[in-house]
Amino acid sequence: MAEKSELQYTAEHEWVLVDGNVATVGITDFAAGKLGDIVFVDLPKVGATVAEGKIVGEIESTKSVGELFAPVAGTVVESNDAVADSPELVNSDPFGEGWLVKIEFTELPSMLSLDEYTALTGE
Amino acid sequence: MPNPFISGTFADRHIGTDDAAQASMLAAVGYDSLESLVDAAVPPAIHQTPIVNSTIPAPASEREALAELRALAGANKIRRSMIGLGYYDTITPAVIKRNVLENPSWYTAYTPYQPEISQGRLEALLNFQTMVADLAGMTTTNASMLDEGTAAVEGMLLARRAARVESPVFIVDADTFPQTKALLANRAEALGIELVEIDLATLGANPELPECFGALIQYPGATGRVWDSSEVIAAVKAHGGLAVVAADLLALTILKSPGELGADVAVGTTQRFGVPMGFGGPHAGYMSVRKGLERQLPGRLVGVSQDAAGDPAYRLSLQAREQHIRREKATSNICTAQVLLAVMASMYAVYHGPQGLKRIAQRIHHDTAKFAARLTAAGYTVENETFFDTLSVTKKGQAQAIAAKALESDILLYVVDADTVRLSFDEVSTQPYGGMLAAQENDLAEAFGLESGYTTPLDDSSIPEALNRTSEYLTHPVFNTHRSETSMMRYLKYLADKDYALDRGMIPLGSCTMKLNAATEMEAVSWPEFAGIHPFAPAEDVSGYLVMISHLESWLTEVTGYDTASLQPNAGSQGELAGLLAIRGYHRANGNPERTICLIPSSAHGTNAASAMLAGMRVVVVACDDLGNVDLDDLRAKIAEHASEIAALMITYPSTHGVYEHEVREITQAVHDAGGQVYVDGANLNALLGYARFGDFGGDVSHLNLHKTFCIPHGGGGPGVGPVVAKAHLAKFLPGHPMAQSQHHPAFDMQTGAAGPYVHAGGAVSAAPYGSPSILPITWAYVRMMGSAGLKAATGAAVLSANYIAVRLREHFPVLYAGDNGLVAHECILDLRPLKEATGIDNNDVAKRLIDYGFHAPTMSFPVSGTLMVEPTESEDLAELDRFIDAMIAIKEEADAVAAGTWPADDNPLINAPHTAHSVIAGDWDHSYSREQAVYPLSSLVSGKYWPPVRRVDNAYGDRNLVCSCPPIEAFAH
Repeated sequence: MAEKSELQYTAEHEWVLVDGNVATVGITDFAAGKLGDIVFVDLPKVGATVAEGKIVGEIESTKSVGELFAPVAGTVVESNDAVADSPELVNSDPFGEGWLVKIEFTELPSMLSLDEYTALTGE
Repeated sequence: MPNPFISGTFADRHIGTDDAAQASMLAAVGYDSLESLVDAAVPPAIHQTPIVNSTIPAPASEREALAELRALAGANKIRRSMIGLGYYDTITPAVIKRNVLENPSWYTAYTPYQPEISQGRLEALLNFQTMVADLAGMTTTNASMLDEGTAAVEGMLLARRAARVESPVFIVDADTFPQTKALLANRAEALGIELVEIDLATLGANPELPECFGALIQYPGATGRVWDSSEVIAAVKAHGGLAVVAADLLALTILKSPGELGADVAVGTTQRFGVPMGFGGPHAGYMSVRKGLERQLPGRLVGVSQDAAGDPAYRLSLQAREQHIRREKATSNICTAQVLLAVMASMYAVYHGPQGLKRIAQRIHHDTAKFAARLTAAGYTVENETFFDTLSVTKKGQAQAIAAKALESDILLYVVDADTVRLSFDEVSTQPYGGMLAAQENDLAEAFGLESGYTTPLDDSSIPEALNRTSEYLTHPVFNTHRSETSMMRYLKYLADKDYALDRGMIPLGSCTMKLNAATEMEAVSWPEFAGIHPFAPAEDVSGYLVMISHLESWLTEVTGYDTASLQPNAGSQGELAGLLAIRGYHRANGNPERTICLIPSSAHGTNAASAMLAGMRVVVVACDDLGNVDLDDLRAKIAEHASEIAALMITYPSTHGVYEHEVREITQAVHDAGGQVYVDGANLNALLGYARFGDFGGDVSHLNLHKTFCIPHGGGGPGVGPVVAKAHLAKFLPGHPMAQSQHHPAFDMQTGAAGPYVHAGGAVSAAPYGSPSILPITWAYVRMMGSAGLKAATGAAVLSANYIAVRLREHFPVLYAGDNGLVAHECILDLRPLKEATGIDNNDVAKRLIDYGFHAPTMSFPVSGTLMVEPTESEDLAELDRFIDAMIAIKEEADAVAAGTWPADDNPLINAPHTAHSVIAGDWDHSYSREQAVYPLSSLVSGKYWPPVRRVDNAYGDRNLVCSCPPIEAFAH
């Protein structure tokens, strides 16, 4: 599990861990808490081309459905199969085993720091 | 003050609070009369003026109303229907009629959103899902669809969602029921889907198909033909499309299942499983899908989960797909389903079992084959060489004559064209020990001019060898246990005992109007003159029905301030769709096809947005202010932004927040000024009836919910009736129907008896021309017995009860939103967020704890998350209102005790609620509170308590481990 301070964030409550030209994407503990018990995730297939800010997947809880936005443009290089089988991982370990997709990118947009994100959620 | 108009009448029975109770409630609220209270609550600008020449007669007594209903019933003519086309006569086992259809424990229950108090009907619905999935050879079935026609539409929409094909084409088999074709055409047009009709059975081996996202195949076909569609299905799937098969469930007991033919989706009706034809409905439609498509299913889906003790428990699964959560992104707009009828159909299968069902099907097929042989021997051509129960018979130029001759013997045949008649055999035409009823066989023989007594050997090639069913079905013990009537009666009682319905206590669900469904109102539903009529029977056979429907159309338009009404929509969602399609048709006819934007306030029910999408509109959300009212500035901004594209505004009145919005006239005016139409959602009409009318304050069209305001029981989640009422300029765009007995609305004008002035020429939204007519006597009786004054008195009593609860509970829970003079409408929202903040106890804990106190919870988290919305209705008496208030106050004290540390946050009667008998009896008691506190928190509960059968149900477990058919018996071993 990565340190929260090392991650970048989006206003859509996603976190991004940058390693070289690959971005690992998940949703924040704040988002997971708001959604409640997550029961299903629908993730993009490996090889899919994604555009920044577009909806690429869904995170469904017992009471609502959240959308997964691509924080960067690029190609999906890995989808977390463990989460597809055990969606509760997103609740139990949102910053670790609950990661969702890895996207290979060429250009990184500017995102929020932990402080900026915390200011956004007010928590 | 006694009301001189209503005392001593049915209204006194319907309204729970008498004059003395109302006087004390008014004192608590601070008003001296009902009239002054409602006048203060309803904004003066919308008060209605007195109606002159009302079409609603002075109230009848219960006995008088029944006598008039008998007269209407007498004007219907029961004949032996062999019309078929998806509606077949059937024998409702008396044990099911008496213990389900006529039993308030089943028909007064609500949709099972509170699973702990709904385990009985959830089990019955799981039986339904298992029955359909087994017979259709599919994996997962929903519970349920509104009828076969709309199920076919939903099948088409599912195919479009799930297929990874760009093509806008959906193929419809030429041999599909005409009403299904009409529905598909209407719904496809609004969504840009291109229908292509092909006679699929004639394509032969290696069929060539155009590119498509799906295809619908009727099985057996409308002509009666039974053919092997597996190659066509394979061809559809080869293109990436989905194959939808509309299948007759009874035929599937002897025919290879759609699943085995390769279908992705099966749809249809369960009517002939013991549910009377009822001139079209209500009946439960079904939809069943193969593995992998579960999440694409529209509507409600029952699944197996577990409770807090780890025992199996049923609940509604995957609710996040539904329109109340996903709004315009939902799989469908369907919400109310056909639960009561689905329960009946499932119990028909439980009672007959797989062998019994197969025997019924074999007898029907045998009679059909025998008669086909006689016809052929006599020189007729039976067009379909293969069949299950239906024969298309040709003789040049003779069709009308044959049908006329049959009519003389009170047999109805379907005339296809000048040369062809069609006849369908059914359960009622067979004898219990095999063979067609002699009288019917003789009459039929006479109609066709056959020699009497002549029979030929059976030709058993009528079902192709490859289509004989070999796979098993209904193997679960529940379908193989209850053969005796004693056992069946006890099973139904066992299930009913698990559930909480209006026969136990108040169901104070906001926006649902769970009022009395009076016994007299229910009386006529099962009379044969209403129950035994085919929806396409000739007009002269149904004049009793047409008169009743005419009365209702006149009455409903009068009380809402509109000009014309259609009773065709089978639920509120369908009424919404019909109303929006009418608006769409109107704009297009005026040369404004670009008007496609539907403005919807953020506070609206999710169904509004889902319906707008299905009507081919785009949703633009209008903000609401802090009081929950439409933000006029934002509305004006949105109108300015979209100007010439505005199709409609959908607004609920009173608002979903239970408030009479002050600015409603300004709102409707602003939309009209921009060229838009105003849709007023009638879900909250119970707060308005007799005091204000939608049509008077700017509405162009509305739907009503007869299952809310007008007493049709909720049936545990359907049936519903969602009539659409409109101003004259929209009349010709309201739903028509290719088989309607009258083109005119009303069919008979109440004053003159002549045909009414309006013709509804829009597309059909239901399989039957008048929707679900067999439950219309309920609403007819209600209005007839209440009269205008009684309806108004009911509104006043409902508003008083809601304000009384608001006043009494305000010091314990903040009441969100209020209108003029601090008053609410017919419901009030209790804000439980401060309670959660202070004590950690949330609205879900309170809802579950209410079960321990003997109540059904109010509506949770709608329209505001973290709240409870309470709608007591006019039918509850003061003692029941006080019992609820006392329970809420006691629960508040319990929560305060948690906050004070008397009970730990993780072990207290609230978070552990509800408590089963088993949970307080078995083993050691090691909780921080007593057993008595757990189950008898009020002493009044000791002598009469509702015991929930399960502990709190785990929602996440059920959604993560989806099981939607009957679990094995072993799962229930303790």
